[in-house]
Amino acid sequence: MKMTAKEYAKFAKDRAPSSKTAKNMLKAFVIGGGICAAGQGIMELWKVVAGLDMEAAASMTSITMIFIGALLTAIGVYDKLAKHAGAGTIVPITGFANAIVSPAMEFRAEGLVMGMSAKMFVIAGPVLVFGISASIIYGLILLIFRGGV
Amino acid sequence: MAEKRIGRRTIEFASPPAVAGFASVVCKKEGEGPLSGTFDIISSDPLFGEKTWEKAESRMQKTAFMKALEKAALSRTGIDVIFGGDLLNQCIGTGFSVREFGVPFMGLYGACSTMAEGLISAAMAIDGGFAVNAAAITSSHFCTAERQYRFPLEYGGQRTPTAQWTATAAGAVILSEKPGRAVLTKAAIGRIVDLEIRDANNMGAAMAPAAYDTLSALFEDTGTCPSDYDLIITGDLATVGTRILRDMFKADGVDITSHHDDCGMMLFDGTQDVHAGASGCGCSAAVLCGYILRSLEERLLKKVIFAGTGALLSPTSMQQGESIPGICHAVCIEAR
Repeated sequence: MKMTAKEYAKFAKDRAPSSKTAKNMLKAFVIGGGICAAGQGIMELWKVVAGLDMEAAASMTSITMIFIGALLTAIGVYDKLAKHAGAGTIVPITGFANAIVSPAMEFRAEGLVMGMSAKMFVIAGPVLVFGISASIIYGLILLIFRGGV
Repeated sequence: MAEKRIGRRTIEFASPPAVAGFASVVCKKEGEGPLSGTFDIISSDPLFGEKTWEKAESRMQKTAFMKALEKAALSRTGIDVIFGGDLLNQCIGTGFSVREFGVPFMGLYGACSTMAEGLISAAMAIDGGFAVNAAAITSSHFCTAERQYRFPLEYGGQRTPTAQWTATAAGAVILSEKPGRAVLTKAAIGRIVDLEIRDANNMGAAMAPAAYDTLSALFEDTGTCPSDYDLIITGDLATVGTRILRDMFKADGVDITSHHDDCGMMLFDGTQDVHAGASGCGCSAAVLCGYILRSLEERLLKKVIFAGTGALLSPTSMQQGESIPGICHAVCIEAR
């Protein structure tokens, strides 16, 4: 049989299993929501136990969550959780920690400088580029219209 | 003057080279699969005692070659040429595996079709009178392939249902001009077939049209049909590619289903969480150097087509939006 690329695209698609969208979304919601709820709990602890104000508690919560994400990556747990959670583990800040720590571990074999350090941002790099760019644009808009206030 | 060619695409060996020795080395996960009893060595250590994944892959491949030599009762000096390759950039898995052997070496890149490509090259060298004994070796390692093609091992990502799992496995075959229990009689060299699949997580769909192309040519040139063979084994289309291949033949009114199996579906079972199935050079190599050649030697199978399939993509070509070129090399192996 002869097929054009367009005909084959349909032929192949009809024979490929599709992702279980509903199940995947539910798992992402539950696990991602669980991470966020844990973050909220940690923030309350920083406020109540350590007596920090809202702003300081929020910063400490980010630091704590990043530490937990990095730790779970290092002991090989985060990827197993992410297999089920998908976006539920990518979107929270723990996912950012995973995206930095996993290449740092992986490319350690190629040396500290050209391996670990250079490759550390191979996945999270775009997040930094666009995050920093967006904050600069936002800052400029604020400067122009509000005089920097 | 090419008297060893039949039809448009097929080669017929005048003095069919025989399999003098073969060996397979796999890791724990592959060793827990349905073909467990057919491998020579199952390692519980994915690092094979080495410090990096790349060194581990080379060590695994070297072990397979040494074991095949032992089974063939040959020494390294008895091998005239090695044809080998792997998935790594610049084929370092193989380059470093053979560097201490002092045996003439030709590197190949055929992605997951490398074992079939190596077998054809080795058989042509022998039948052409350029070698008495020639080897075909290849390997793949899950951890080296992941870091080159996809993400770091600990990165939290999800795989699609069509994705395949790179096998940690190696295979080595030694062919000889001396008689043996299994011989290579015919072969068809694949051409690149690209029906513009652009999803690197659906290599089965990218390779299936190439398998259809080569197998159709082999059937036509030799005047045979699928029922003339005990087994037509592709490697590694996995579940998606297998479904496509069988349906492509069905559309021509040819039923290959009852005579066809796929290395990517045989290496692991449904409970091993490998999605569509196995892939990697080592997958078809380990199935060949385990189940297939053992079955031929024991005459449980008498006539087999081993059709290695490869997806010739790279991370660079994918990022530049290129489609995936597929290839399939087929070899007919018969029991004597």
